[in-house]
Amino acid sequence: MKKHLTLLAALALTASPLAAQDLTVTSFGGAYGAAQKEHMIDPFVAETGMNILFEDYGGGIAEMKAQVEAGNIQWDVVDVEVIDLERACSEGYLEIIDQSVLPAGDDGTPAAEDFIPDALANECGVGNIVWSIVFAYNTENGPGPQTIADFFDTEAFPGKRGLRKRPQVNMEWALIADGVAPEDVYEVLSTDEGQAQAFAKLDTIKEDIVWYDSWSQAPVLLNDGGAQMVQSANGRIFAAIQEGSPFAIGWDSHVYDLDVWAIMRGTPNMDAAMEFIKFATQTVPLSGMQDVAYGPTRASAQALLPESVKQDLPTAHLDKGLKADGIFWADFGESLGEKFNEWLLQ
Amino acid sequence: MTDIAPGLIPADARNAAREVRKRKLQAFLFVTPLLVFVIFAFVAPITTMLYRSIHNPTVANLIPDTLVALGDWSGEEIPDDTVLIQFAADMKRMANDRTSGQLADEINRALPGMSSVVKSTARSLRRVDDTEIATNGAALLIEANDRWADPATWSAVKAAGQAYSTSYYLTSVDLERGPDGNIVQRDTQIYVKLYTKTLRMALIITVLTILLGYPLAFYMAHASDSMANFLMVFVLLPFWTSLLVRTTAWIALLQTNGVVNSTLLAIGITDQPLELLYTQFSTILAMTHILLPFMVLPLYAVMRGIDQSYMRAAMSMGSKPLGAWYKIYLPMSLPGLSAGALLVFIISVGYYITPALVGGTDGQMISNIIAFHMQQSNNWELAAALGSLLLVLILVLYWLFDRFVGTDNIKLG
Repeated sequence: MKKHLTLLAALALTASPLAAQDLTVTSFGGAYGAAQKEHMIDPFVAETGMNILFEDYGGGIAEMKAQVEAGNIQWDVVDVEVIDLERACSEGYLEIIDQSVLPAGDDGTPAAEDFIPDALANECGVGNIVWSIVFAYNTENGPGPQTIADFFDTEAFPGKRGLRKRPQVNMEWALIADGVAPEDVYEVLSTDEGQAQAFAKLDTIKEDIVWYDSWSQAPVLLNDGGAQMVQSANGRIFAAIQEGSPFAIGWDSHVYDLDVWAIMRGTPNMDAAMEFIKFATQTVPLSGMQDVAYGPTRASAQALLPESVKQDLPTAHLDKGLKADGIFWADFGESLGEKFNEWLLQ
Repeated sequence: MTDIAPGLIPADARNAAREVRKRKLQAFLFVTPLLVFVIFAFVAPITTMLYRSIHNPTVANLIPDTLVALGDWSGEEIPDDTVLIQFAADMKRMANDRTSGQLADEINRALPGMSSVVKSTARSLRRVDDTEIATNGAALLIEANDRWADPATWSAVKAAGQAYSTSYYLTSVDLERGPDGNIVQRDTQIYVKLYTKTLRMALIITVLTILLGYPLAFYMAHASDSMANFLMVFVLLPFWTSLLVRTTAWIALLQTNGVVNSTLLAIGITDQPLELLYTQFSTILAMTHILLPFMVLPLYAVMRGIDQSYMRAAMSMGSKPLGAWYKIYLPMSLPGLSAGALLVFIISVGYYITPALVGGTDGQMISNIIAFHMQQSNNWELAAALGSLLLVLILVLYWLFDRFVGTDNIKLG
């Protein structure tokens, strides 16, 4: 009997995926995760022979906090939105990355010049993609909104508007639609009057808003007629257009942000994690992110893209956009989150 | 020796007592696995949660010396330079340990906007010389950000520095401690509203499951066996289906161009698709459907045991069917009804996934805001306080139920 047990235990150990893991990489899954797997994970595995466990999470810093507080680090490399990066880094959940070891671009430009400035702005992360929150509409219902002011104009453009249920981006858009200059948005929003102004503007369309919780719902709402226009991550709409949906993207006042690769603080696999990040943020792997319409963070990767694709990426429209302010949302995310929920209940 | 029955010799008594102890130990060993499980999976987490809701030592651990120095600060004007210098030194240390973000998070809760002030101040002090801080720390601090010259900032630091505090419970009921120590209403009024709404929705759902479940259970309990088994499959089938699948099925049914709306449009009842999904209506509908088996199963089990002849006897003595049901059958089925109602009510009070998926704006419940504080704002202490309050609320309702209906009257079968 004892022999059987030992055998079983041995079998269980070899079968367990944890036993042979060199590195755990966590990202957002979906089409985005698939693109990362194809262009970053798989080539890295082929080159180094390491085993990688590629996991999904839903963003936010709660899971990092839990792992670091409990001293039980399960992730090594994480894909973090810049909006969370500021907090995760300053609260000590991420390792500081030595940016001087990042390889030069394929055209020979040193990393420090090749990366767009925002990509290396935080010491805990290396930029992976530029993505954007845009509005989109169904072209079958006639002409759609062209500006954010149009999006808030229920008379000229009647119908439901699908918005993600959180203050981020909605508050910014409300102020821009109310005439605040994009560069002043975060300054205005940090005052009580500015917040009241944003809620007052949102009030004008409150009856016409359909709230949703996850990015995947945005194209669904457009498709089934639940909303005439939606707020969405640009990649989701791009994917739907590729599949033949009659959607169009409005780039006016889009709010763009970066995702970065970061390393969990206290990981036992620091060297392997660093090797992965160096590999994944090279020119060619980065250029693969165009598959899901997210812009690469290196100029040398941008140069590899065909002209026809560039127009679909946020990087071609940065002049019309607003950079999401991670520092502002670290300051006001919780208090505005409460006020936003209060406003929803009114 | 007085407790030995007369006529028993002491040796027998000892043997008997040993035998009893042995049996007790055996019985105890049998329940040990369950006990260990309950302690680890239930008692420990709930105790941690209760403790966390009043105990938050983060700030007290980060800046102990500053807090001691702040001890006899009047609260009227800027604290004196020793406090400021001590704080500047603490900030430098935290900037190098990369813990300033934790302090920033905590102080930001008392005073929104402080997060960036703390972090930028820490950054600017990171490379300053120690002796420079010791002599000139106060000026450096105020130079880094003039909010350090504002007494309100220091009140926030002092308040956040209390390791034990009831402030999270105050927040949970929309109150806060004002600058003079009095308890006042918060600017944001949200949690009481959400609790009331959660309880109201749970009550509506419970009543609906009773209205739907009682007749069904009655019919099943007194139908032929084959019919009862046949119907039972229909009750259990959804019960065995994944919660997510059932919730998503409702999305498919209720969405703008979903099954319900296209049917209504096709037969001409409406000419505009109705707004069914992402409302309070859809939350109540989906949850009633999902929780119905929890009502039907205990009711059915109890009703199976009720002898129909009592009803017949009552009616043969001249009672009308409804009267006989009310006087005879209802009291006998009450244990099942109580059990079902309690199950449905308590489960729906804490429901999370369904309201999150089909609730939209007005289908939100308290669990959704607890999730917000767990996952997004990272205010685990407030989440713990909100959760503890919910637990207390349920215990109070259970106590009321016990007073008026009696827990002896609960039967699952």
